[in-house]
Amino acid sequence: MSAPLVVVQAAQTTRVGKTGFAVGIVIVGVIAVAALIGNALVPADPFVQDLGNRLKPPFWMEGTQPEHPLGTDQLGRDYLARLIYGARISLLIGIMTVITSGVIGITIGVLGGFFGGRVDDVVLFAITTRLSIPVVLVALAVVGLMGSGLGLVVATLGLLLWDRFAVVARATTMQVRTLDYVSAAWCAGASTRHILMKEILPNIASHLAVVATLEMALAILLEAALSFLGLGVPPPLPSWGLMIAEGKDYMFFSPWVIFIPGVALFTLVLGINLVGDGLRNLLGTERLR
Amino acid sequence: MLRLILRRLAVGLLVALTVMTLAFMLTRLSGDLAISIAGPSATQADVEIVRKAYGLDRPLYVQFFAWVGRAMVGDFGQSYFFKDSVANLIAKRLPITLTLGLVGLSLALIISIPLGILAAVRENTWIDRAVTMFTMVGQAVPSFWLALILMIVLGLHLGILPISGTGTWQHFVMPGIVLAFTAIPALTRLTRSGMIEAMASDYIRTARAKGLSRARIIFKHALRNAAIPVVSIAAVQLGFMLGGSIVIETVFALHGVGYLGWESIAKNDFPVVQAVVLVLATIYIGLTLLADILNALLDPRLRTG
Repeated sequence: MSAPLVVVQAAQTTRVGKTGFAVGIVIVGVIAVAALIGNALVPADPFVQDLGNRLKPPFWMEGTQPEHPLGTDQLGRDYLARLIYGARISLLIGIMTVITSGVIGITIGVLGGFFGGRVDDVVLFAITTRLSIPVVLVALAVVGLMGSGLGLVVATLGLLLWDRFAVVARATTMQVRTLDYVSAAWCAGASTRHILMKEILPNIASHLAVVATLEMALAILLEAALSFLGLGVPPPLPSWGLMIAEGKDYMFFSPWVIFIPGVALFTLVLGINLVGDGLRNLLGTERLR
Repeated sequence: MLRLILRRLAVGLLVALTVMTLAFMLTRLSGDLAISIAGPSATQADVEIVRKAYGLDRPLYVQFFAWVGRAMVGDFGQSYFFKDSVANLIAKRLPITLTLGLVGLSLALIISIPLGILAAVRENTWIDRAVTMFTMVGQAVPSFWLALILMIVLGLHLGILPISGTGTWQHFVMPGIVLAFTAIPALTRLTRSGMIEAMASDYIRTARAKGLSRARIIFKHALRNAAIPVVSIAAVQLGFMLGGSIVIETVFALHGVGYLGWESIAKNDFPVVQAVVLVLATIYIGLTLLADILNALLDPRLRTG
């Protein structure tokens, strides 16, 4: 078996430069702060309905109300409060999914890359199998069959999105394994466990950090897609994907109901990708092939 | 060459078998299938009847091998909801998904290859940066959201394309654009990096030294080598696109296999869910196999396997 083709994909290089990195950090930082303390600053409650004030337009349009700067949704809930609460959900799912899939993928990849031979054959087979599974369909099926919920979405995405971690961990471990300091550790009588944890892992960590940002962006987009199809985060929680789904019926007359959460989603994912791209340049992980 | 193909084929079969096992386990996740099929208002007796009727009273391994055995010859059982055989349902829906996939891939290649070449030959200029920025933006746009925006702009305001449905070729344009958008960033970057690598190689220096024209160097010498990874990724990308088309098909109510999968998940139609997962996985496996063979044909160095 040869390495799956995604190796190439994981190694695509871009160069938006330091400006991009800075912009990315600002975007992610602002959204993270908003997610953490935003709901304390906004007076409106994201869950309180006000049917007399349905679909009020945001501040840049006519007929807006000052107490609802981003307008209200089809049930009269404050859109800004829901948007901020939605940031919390997106970030939470992104981070938790990356932790889950990272643990699985890095373990599998490092073992395959380090031990080679039969172990590596099994690892490559697992990666190939995983890649042939249609992610969205299977995630939808799991959530559809077991009932929606935040925890389940994280578990499902975590179990499905470990492939890139495994591919990169495997490739980088293979490179690092033959280096002098690993041989030195062997000669010094270090245990396999010690070498894996203290010599290999720290030296491939920068590559894995880049993968983590990519996967986080992907997880956030997938959660939004699942919620959009009605099989992700359950209502009345304001996930951005769910907000777009709920606004879909009104989008021809009140386009902002899908416009606002969509722009939020786009901005967060772009920010995370810019950070990942900046990290790649900064850490000099471009050579990875 | 033959050895390589046979080996890949064997691995592909093994992967397909594993996916079958996983798909079977997946539909058993919810616990007792008979209860879900019979519905919330069913009595214990109804559930027993359902269990007998669908063979769910047999031990799990018997059910599994029965399913695998029949799936091997293309018999995926009966749909609980559609009152038709699953194989028929999929045969009817698959052409729509394949059409969408091919439209999407063609559009993606038409856009991303010239963009990638342009960025590569103008490396580190504002053109290159603009293309890179475009791929970053493309990667961050949620496909279902882009679909809705296109519906508003092209469907409602300009009124040039139908908003949803399957009837005519026009129904494939918007979904095709959205699907293409999911593949353009990766393909553009790959073309760009492949071209940059090729332009820096010795044979390009030789070609330059011979005094060949710039166009000839770029299109005849560099592109041919840069195309190798693009061709193989394009095949794999098509597999990802078909798997990911479920979201786009659902938004546009395009009645392909992905839409079928979504409908049957919503209706607890397990035989269909299992079959759709398996069919999409098999197509992906077939496409990666094709990519490997194409690669070997394009690059003799890979033929030893």
